Amino acid sequence: MNLGSFNRARKSKVPRKLVQQIGFNFIRFITLITILPILGIVVYITIKGAPAISWEFLSAMPRDGMRAGGILPAIIGTVYLMVGTGLISIPLGIAAGIYLAEYASDNWWTRLIRIAIISLAGVPSVVYGLFGLGLFVLFFNFGISIISAALTLSIMTLPVIISTTEEAMRSVPYKFRVVGISLGGTQWQTIRKVILPRALPGIITGIILGLERAVGETAPILFTGATFFLPHLPSSPMDATMALPYHIYVIATQIPGMPIRIQYGTVLVLLVFVLAMNLIASVIRSRSRAKRQW
Amino acid sequence: MADVKISIRNLHLRYTDGKYPLRGIDLDVIENKINVVFGPAGGGKSSLIRVLNRLIDMSDVAELSGEILLDGENILDKHTDVIALRRKVGVVFSVPIPLPLTITQNISFGLEVAGMKDKKQIAERVEKALREAVLWDEIYDRLDDSAYSLSGGQQQRLCLARVLALEPEVILLDEPTSALDPVSTAKIEQFLEESKSQYTFVLAPHNQQQAARVADHAAFFLQGALIEQGRGEELFFNPRIKETIDYIQGRYG
Repeated sequence: MNLGSFNRARKSKVPRKLVQQIGFNFIRFITLITILPILGIVVYITIKGAPAISWEFLSAMPRDGMRAGGILPAIIGTVYLMVGTGLISIPLGIAAGIYLAEYASDNWWTRLIRIAIISLAGVPSVVYGLFGLGLFVLFFNFGISIISAALTLSIMTLPVIISTTEEAMRSVPYKFRVVGISLGGTQWQTIRKVILPRALPGIITGIILGLERAVGETAPILFTGATFFLPHLPSSPMDATMALPYHIYVIATQIPGMPIRIQYGTVLVLLVFVLAMNLIASVIRSRSRAKRQW
Repeated sequence: MADVKISIRNLHLRYTDGKYPLRGIDLDVIENKINVVFGPAGGGKSSLIRVLNRLIDMSDVAELSGEILLDGENILDKHTDVIALRRKVGVVFSVPIPLPLTITQNISFGLEVAGMKDKKQIAERVEKALREAVLWDEIYDRLDDSAYSLSGGQQQRLCLARVLALEPEVILLDEPTSALDPVSTAKIEQFLEESKSQYTFVLAPHNQQQAARVADHAAFFLQGALIEQGRGEELFFNPRIKETIDYIQGRYG
């Protein structure tokens, strides 16, 4: 038997405990470095942006060339875009995810669909923006509008929702499907009454993460739905809208004499928006994990 | 001789991966009896059970031929209503697999998918099934708890109860006590003895002692072939064919 390495370690002058200690501390340090940026961003933005936050800031229209007043239209616009994107991408994404997990057989056609979904997730966001401009704004003639922007964001969100739905469905053991069928259920009845409820927390998490990404994006709405300034709130899905990410870009680069306070305040609002969604997703995930019994 | 409930003729089953578990089976399942199919692992017992309520449709099957007459109708016919068949021929698996739902929902699932809507009627059927499976007295006060809060033996009786709720005629049991302790096993066997006047049981027993204890009619399976069948006592205490004798005397398996 070869005990070479074992013997070598025994003979080493540096105690193994110490080596381990150093190793652990090194890894701990690296981990700390990775969370520093996000911590820094949150703390810095909060300190700089908090003074700008007031009821007026959240509930009033901008005044004085957006140098004063509130950011209500940008907040409302972002909510509209999120709701619109959700209305389109959630039903489509869940349906596609269920189909891929439960019904699709493994052939070249479904493999192609999967590759397409993965590729879709890797497309740069500005490309979505240009695609939306070409297809929804110009070809379908929806114009620069909430509907064009929501459709564009939906294409971007779909891969996330589809793959998390498929994943969540697959994580429910196959045996429950056999039992459901054996008790006289159809495949769909079994999915609806047994599998889907178990997969739902995972699906909701995916939806939130997908929408969160969409809400924070600027490029896809740049050419499709966002507008520089709107004196009133959008009144129909065919209207253009202001939105937080694009508004941040505008007030950061396009308006001379913009108070820095308002810029940070707007960033803080978007940050809270996105982090809150993230938090909700994490809570749902950990609670469902705690409740799982099989 | 009692009536034949299921008559199996020249049944062949071959999977797409090349496994060939059933090679020309001829077997009679006797009505209102405990019909035991036994033999060493891999002999085709589980596959036979999966064929009898067409759960086999969920597997990749290359060949399924022959005839299975249930009350004179061939259930392998392509026009067979498999959903109705599965309500008529229930199955209990070797390990308890409660659905990840409440105790009540585990039983009401089968009723609801069958189209039963009346809440009161469903509740009655749930209670009746739980009583029949000798589980009601233990759990009547926590029907809305998760089915996974039950012990293993209780879970398996719950799995039996949800089959009984559908008022089946035939109940297939694929080594139903293999994951259970002796007390739970005895409860299941007691249920079989007491209720065979209402049902026809097909049981793949968990071991030979169980087979000998409960079998009214028995069939010995070896490597996809049916070697010998007959009345329970006869087969276990007076087998005629060499393979059966060897198996029962413990020479293999």
